[in-house]
Amino acid sequence: MTTRLDTRFAALAQEGRAGLVTYVMAGDPDRETARAILKGLPAAGADVIEFGMPFTDPMADGPSIQAAGLRALGGGQTLAKTLEDIAWFRKDDPATPIVLMGYYNPIYIYGVDRFLIDAKAAGIDGLIVVDLPPEEDAELCIPALKAGLNFIRLATPTTDDKRLPTVLGNTSGFVYYVSITGITGAATPDFGKTAEAVARIKRHTALPVAVGFGVKNAEHASAVARGADAVVVGSALVEALKGSLDGEGKATARSVSAVTDLVASIAAGVRHARKAAE
Amino acid sequence: MNAPVKPNSFRSGPDENGRFGIYGGRFVAETLMPNILELEKAYNEARNDPAYLADMANHQTHFIGRPSPLYFAERLTEHLGGAKIYLKREELNHTGSHKVNNVLGQILLARRMGKKRIIAETGAGQHGVATATLCARFGLECIVYMGAVDVARQAPNVFRMKMLGATVVPVQSGAKTLKDAMNEALRDWVTNVETTFYCIGTVAGPHPYPSMVRDFQSIIGNETREQLQAQEGRLPDSLIACVGGGSNAIGLFHPFLDDPSVAMYGVEAAGHGLDKLHAASISGGRPGVLHGNRTYLLMDADGQIQEGHSISAGLDYPGIGPEHAWLNDIGRVTYLSATDDEALEGFQLLSKVEGIIPALECAHAIAKIAELAPKLPKDHLMVMNLSGRGDKDVPQVAEILGTKL
Repeated sequence: MTTRLDTRFAALAQEGRAGLVTYVMAGDPDRETARAILKGLPAAGADVIEFGMPFTDPMADGPSIQAAGLRALGGGQTLAKTLEDIAWFRKDDPATPIVLMGYYNPIYIYGVDRFLIDAKAAGIDGLIVVDLPPEEDAELCIPALKAGLNFIRLATPTTDDKRLPTVLGNTSGFVYYVSITGITGAATPDFGKTAEAVARIKRHTALPVAVGFGVKNAEHASAVARGADAVVVGSALVEALKGSLDGEGKATARSVSAVTDLVASIAAGVRHARKAAE
Repeated sequence: MNAPVKPNSFRSGPDENGRFGIYGGRFVAETLMPNILELEKAYNEARNDPAYLADMANHQTHFIGRPSPLYFAERLTEHLGGAKIYLKREELNHTGSHKVNNVLGQILLARRMGKKRIIAETGAGQHGVATATLCARFGLECIVYMGAVDVARQAPNVFRMKMLGATVVPVQSGAKTLKDAMNEALRDWVTNVETTFYCIGTVAGPHPYPSMVRDFQSIIGNETREQLQAQEGRLPDSLIACVGGGSNAIGLFHPFLDDPSVAMYGVEAAGHGLDKLHAASISGGRPGVLHGNRTYLLMDADGQIQEGHSISAGLDYPGIGPEHAWLNDIGRVTYLSATDDEALEGFQLLSKVEGIIPALECAHAIAKIAELAPKLPKDHLMVMNLSGRGDKDVPQVAEILGTKL
């Protein structure tokens, strides 16, 4: 079965450029603003969207994404609303792949079977669930694959050649290479080494490899894009949004453009990367 | 859901995937998986190595001061007028609680694995103090994550940890209590996974922690069995212990799980009451996934984790160890709860009639003994795990009772 992710990555390969994967948090800082950002991402240059499901205890995320999740929850965001937001986006955009990213408990409490039916109906293409390693594939990964959703796995610097086949086994859509051992939004890695890591992963899989964690601006994105199929930007966008909020943490007239302008700048970096390298 | 199948033994868990029934597991980020598998392997080797076990036994005797006494609480028994009550005196261990039993095992394991940087989370500070103590003993770097709220209400333990050379990091995220300290410790571990050993303080977290910590704490029940045999010539009729994450309770219970005549009671913290703010995961929560394992958790309808509340910083965690969740579902252990007010009464009762100031955590179990014991016959042998001493709680209790120190 060919998914929107497969189609999009095939098109990027055809164009001969890396893709840009953008992460924003559902409901941050309020539902209306988050929806406007979501809608603006493709035009700003996002090739794939990761939509964060807020959770109280994001144990692999840094302060930016923790705070974004708490803002969203404070505004009353729920998993049901997040699914509705994507269905709303899908009405006008049948092509841009959307991946839900977050932690397992809200999905488990929603009910795995019900969640997969509703996610598929909303037009979601894939899932990244940080606290479900391959050892827990029976929980959600295998049911999701059966339901026709991609299940995207994180590979990290600690995933050695011996473990990679386990990690890649049930992965589909793309592989998300986490370029540091650390939490989101932390240190900026040595992007020279990420190309080597991507090459190592590609010896084990034909799937596209996206690289994330620590990518903060167009320059970083351009460096990563030279050696990967896609670049993931998350915390930097969440920080840009936060910087646009007023003293009470409410959205302002600048909030949507604060994110989409940064996306446009990073997208330009990604698009020029290969040309610059030639 | 089908009713859980009763096993042939209650002591055989977890399975190879770290499950007790549906509970437990390894719900962690990929970065940590290789480390958790390495830890499991290292622990399985260590537990079968006579040199490791001898080193542990030596330190249990000479550093911790084991065995801890099993003490007949004569005046408490008379006062309540029913069951004959024994106290397992874990509060007499070096550092003042049962926590040191587990930390010793983990620190000796960290040394075997060549890890020189130790991180830990702590609520009341007892686990943090125990970890700082053993890191000082073995010359290891020690970083303790503690919620900023707990740092403020457990100042004596914070100072103890610093005296012992540990770095105490006040955690400002979330509600600034134990749950957030554990999140922050996990973030540290994800970041420094190559060099760092995470010394978890209770029977929770990803496999193999729940069973490993249980094994280290089972010395409590094993000693109790021998000591009661020597004093009474038979098994106890019931066991009782407070439960936050549940390490002191499982340590007492586990060696007796296959003795059907032994009844067991875990006492959770009911805070202001089960219909108000509390920390009773089994009595007032439902199964979910947090901090690496599936277990009973306090959460809202959307699966967002709620804060636990208890007068006792050591119990206000919104979860419980996965083995307890399973023992509850199969009916082997009965889980009760005690409110803040009941615990305060238990705290004063034991102080006055036995000359032992208990930790507020243990005071929850004393409160339930005061309910259960009078209804039981005088030949009923009840053992409570007195898992910590109350010195750390004296300033807080004084304030609540309106005494200015």
